[in-house]
Amino acid sequence: MFNPKAKLVKKLFSKDIKKIPTRHGYGEGVVLAGEKNKNIVVLCCDLTESTRNHLFKQKFPDRFIEAGIAEQNMAAMAAGMALCTKVPFIASYAMFSPGRAWEQIRTTICYNETNVKIVGAHAGVSVGPDGATHQAIEDIALTRVLPKMTVVVPCDYEEAKKATIEIAKIVGACYIRLGREATPVFTTPKTPFKIGRAEILREGKDVTIVACGSLVYEALKAAKELEKEKIDVRVINNHTIKPLDKSTLLQAAKQTGAFITVEEHQKNGGMGSSVCEFLAENYPIPVERIGVDDMFGESGTPEELLDKFGLTAPYIIKAVKKVLKRK
Amino acid sequence: MHLSDVEAKKLDIKANQIRKDIIKMLVKAGSGHSAGPLGMADVFTALYFNVLNHRPKQPTWPERDRLVLSNGHICPVQYAAMAHAGYFPIKELSTLRKFKTRLQGHPHRAALPGIEVTSGPLGEGISQACGIAYAARMDKKKYNIYCMMGDGELDEGIVWEAFMFAGKQALANLTVIIDRNNIQIDGNTEDVMPLEPLREKFEAFGWYVIDIDGHNITEIIDACAEAKAVVEKPVAIIAHTIPGKGVDFMEYDFTWHGRIPKSDEAKIALNELRTLGGKIKSEHE
Ligand SMILES: Cc1ncc(C[n+]2csc(CCOP(=O)(O)OP(=O)(O)O)c2C)c(N)n1
Ligand SMILES: [Mg+2]
Repeated sequence: MFNPKAKLVKKLFSKDIKKIPTRHGYGEGVVLAGEKNKNIVVLCCDLTESTRNHLFKQKFPDRFIEAGIAEQNMAAMAAGMALCTKVPFIASYAMFSPGRAWEQIRTTICYNETNVKIVGAHAGVSVGPDGATHQAIEDIALTRVLPKMTVVVPCDYEEAKKATIEIAKIVGACYIRLGREATPVFTTPKTPFKIGRAEILREGKDVTIVACGSLVYEALKAAKELEKEKIDVRVINNHTIKPLDKSTLLQAAKQTGAFITVEEHQKNGGMGSSVCEFLAENYPIPVERIGVDDMFGESGTPEELLDKFGLTAPYIIKAVKKVLKRK
Repeated sequence: MHLSDVEAKKLDIKANQIRKDIIKMLVKAGSGHSAGPLGMADVFTALYFNVLNHRPKQPTWPERDRLVLSNGHICPVQYAAMAHAGYFPIKELSTLRKFKTRLQGHPHRAALPGIEVTSGPLGEGISQACGIAYAARMDKKKYNIYCMMGDGELDEGIVWEAFMFAGKQALANLTVIIDRNNIQIDGNTEDVMPLEPLREKFEAFGWYVIDIDGHNITEIIDACAEAKAVVEKPVAIIAHTIPGKGVDFMEYDFTWHGRIPKSDEAKIALNELRTLGGKIKSEHE
């Protein structure tokens, strides 16, 4: 049963469900955050419009900094600004920041304990035709391994907006991961959101799907399908990968006894891995992970690629059946 | 070798064909970059049809000149030039950016023979080109290394690290060709991140610099010959180009960096290319 407290959109599986990219939620969110906190500044590397920072630039031209195509410099420069009361949001494609700027982020932001927000757009294989060079599917691993880092992967436009506003309030390094494509907006402004608290979107007792990003919607679709076969699936939106919501996960592990994790990222080192690390040490149960299986992406439409890498509802359903056999 | 006027004319026609193919490829792909590829059509034509010592049917020939595309996003122009040169069938151009294609949205070495390095993330081609040039010199190889770069790409710090290395090592077998079209994504280069005085920067790094009109085939070929003759320094050819060259409504406009023509715009563009901007009559639509 869908959790009424999650306040999801009414026609959850309607064909006409509104679709907006998560990066748009960020773009609007950072303007709202900027209105509240005058210290927020935005730095961008020649990708102002595709990271949706043109909105912030229009509203606060004096607080927007064009850093040129120089992600490493942008990251370390932001650390310097953070040392002087500013709250920088640094934006590029996830492949380049945190990708290219990883060591600068590690040393000058995390280790240096500066208050910088890293905004990684165009994450995942759903970037599509640009191909593997632009499809960041290692960024969750790269960021979650860093001490002092908070890692958030919003599931839709609404959540991206909320997440942006919330990370602005945290003092410390945060990474927010965004997608390029328009994806279903299935949460509402009333859907609860708190950094570090996973949301149960659907109650269930047989198995739990733990998902993040736009694939949470695929998890909901899978759960609905499985209902027909009398398989009662819990769906958890695990938007904060670090710090992990251990109590929600532990409770689900105890009550359902089997997990599927779902993410648009390498299986290795991603959200599913972090869940497995936790379960292995605390409450080992069978887990099947959905993610990219140690491969690079390629050109194609988002649909073709999500299918190729086995990231959609039919694959989740298969994985559920497999894990139930292992229970 | 200096070109006769007739030969130069032939290459101009070839460049024009390549421009038409770029437009068709982009429309078919449904996404990609327009301004850079169109602007570099003359340079790529000069390279693939005159300058390069290569064997299209034997792309792994060890003695070939190496063409490294550092600004990977302009790959449609390289793909089109390669197809016309005989690396693969011209009809394969219509698979650009499609699922399972060899013509990846950004060029991938392992996907297509003839692509020397995988690129797309800016700044990494030049470092690889330095590595190739250094290794070639260690082994006393005779081939030349040509590295294509965008001007916006020069914002990346790694680029200057490579330039410093090439200067220190006097990598004379390395020639960089800069697409100096004055645009990048967020605007004109001098607004986003000023590069000038670019010639002086290269010179200060120990490079020999040649400024050319990047749409004059003869100048491009002459500059490459001059570069070969320079034996004590790496050479930077600053090719002054017009982004979107050949399609009036795209020229000089940075918003065409990563935008493709809609089908009605493509019609106008193709007609313009076919008639050389209205100078000659087009026989067919
Ligand atoms: C490291 C990196 N950062 C950002 C990008 C996104 N990007 C692709 S092309 C481009 C602009 C490049 O400008 P330029 O080299 O002048 O190419 P032109 O617009 O003239 O084709 C940017 C920022 C990238 N590909 N790689
Ligand atoms: Mg340029």
